[in-house]
Amino acid sequence: MDKNINITLKVWRQKGPKEKGAFETYKLNNVSQGSSFLEMLDVLNEQLVNEGKEPVAFDHDCREGICGMCSLYINGHPHGPDSAVTTCQLHMRKFDDGATITVEPWRSAGFPVIRDLMVDRYAYDKIIQAGGFVSVNTGGIPDANAIPIPKKDADLAMDAAACIGCGACAAACKNGSAMLFVSAKVSQLALLPQGKIEAARRAKAMVAKMDELGFGNCTNTRSCEAECPKEVSISNIARLNREYIAAKLQD
Amino acid sequence: MWLLNSSIGRKLIMSISGVFLILFLLFHASMNVAAVFSEEAYNAICSFLGANWYAVAATLVLAAGFLIHIIYAIWLTLLNRKARGSDRYAVNVRPKNVEWASQNMFILGLIVVGFLGLHFTQFWYKMMFAELMGHHEVALGSGMVSPQDGAAFIRYYFSNIIVVALYLVWYVALWFHLTHGFWSAIQTIGWSNGIWLKRWQAISNIFATLICLAFAFVTIFFYLKSIL
Repeated sequence: MDKNINITLKVWRQKGPKEKGAFETYKLNNVSQGSSFLEMLDVLNEQLVNEGKEPVAFDHDCREGICGMCSLYINGHPHGPDSAVTTCQLHMRKFDDGATITVEPWRSAGFPVIRDLMVDRYAYDKIIQAGGFVSVNTGGIPDANAIPIPKKDADLAMDAAACIGCGACAAACKNGSAMLFVSAKVSQLALLPQGKIEAARRAKAMVAKMDELGFGNCTNTRSCEAECPKEVSISNIARLNREYIAAKLQD
Repeated sequence: MWLLNSSIGRKLIMSISGVFLILFLLFHASMNVAAVFSEEAYNAICSFLGANWYAVAATLVLAAGFLIHIIYAIWLTLLNRKARGSDRYAVNVRPKNVEWASQNMFILGLIVVGFLGLHFTQFWYKMMFAELMGHHEVALGSGMVSPQDGAAFIRYYFSNIIVVALYLVWYVALWFHLTHGFWSAIQTIGWSNGIWLKRWQAISNIFATLICLAFAFVTIFFYLKSIL
């Protein structure tokens, strides 16, 4: 049964991108285990505001695990200790009474801290802008069966498309590599006939942008896959390598 | 050039040079096992590999493979540390399904290269290098032997328990390095998918174990032979 717990929070506080940050320790009593992690942070912020202190800045939006806005590196795990959930889907029942919880922002050169636990993830948008789309001439609605797609390919593409671009992969990676994200975005289109036409150009452009933005080189540690809230597989990374190497050899 | 200035290109060079070194290890391990069955056969291989032009040429190619692998390892590690950013996490947890070796490849590589230095001074320097310098006899312990008498070198060094222990540590580091390195190389080339990833990982484990057992077997065999 859920009960109320008392916890100690060690939260990273940083005033701005150029300021030096440090951990602050806060005590929080009577936290319902039925509340989500973000609701617990809301309670903390209310307490801080009542004490006349600055509330902790953190990213959040849909709070149902699909927008990819929430982040947080909790007790050494992106999106916390639970598997296959985002921070907003993480519940306080995953923590014990008297626990000390360390909350850090994503740490990666590609994701500079804006303030406290908030990081700038615009880098992922830039990678998408470099080629993570299909160019189409708009017209009438095509017939659903006009382009037959094997079930297997449709499933693999859908699994890759589950990526919400939250940045947990690069945050978990000791190399600060964004390969799981880029490979999912390349795969979801390369697997389908509509996306195949631009596949070579897309793989080259997105990898070039990823490298330009300072993300690291993948060494296949599989941390990304283990921490991904959508359980995107590293077989996508193998596909991206294939697509990219083939595209470059064709040049 | 995309092989040099793209992340996947750099990784591809790392991967292909790694596979090349794996093939060399397979050759070296097979050659060592020959010594257990026949020291004459082993010495025949040693003289074949002596200072002949083709052996020297192959050694240069091999050295290039090592150098590329090491230089790229240093370069990639530096780039990756930079990509990680200057602030480190306060709490680090290795998730389940993440091999320890995969996150410590550089350290394992350093250990392997360190012992390689020892191995070179003990064997290569007194064998191929001595021959290249035109020596027909080299000092080994208290006596003089031919630089082509590989079996004498094995007998001499592997009778020392400290040398044997050091070599065994070397094989363990190599085993960890190979268990990750092999499948990781295949993944980087792109020859992997949901099914083959598991197969390649199993093949890596079996292959690394076989190679390291072969090396360890020869080392322990000659140590036991020296004390019995």
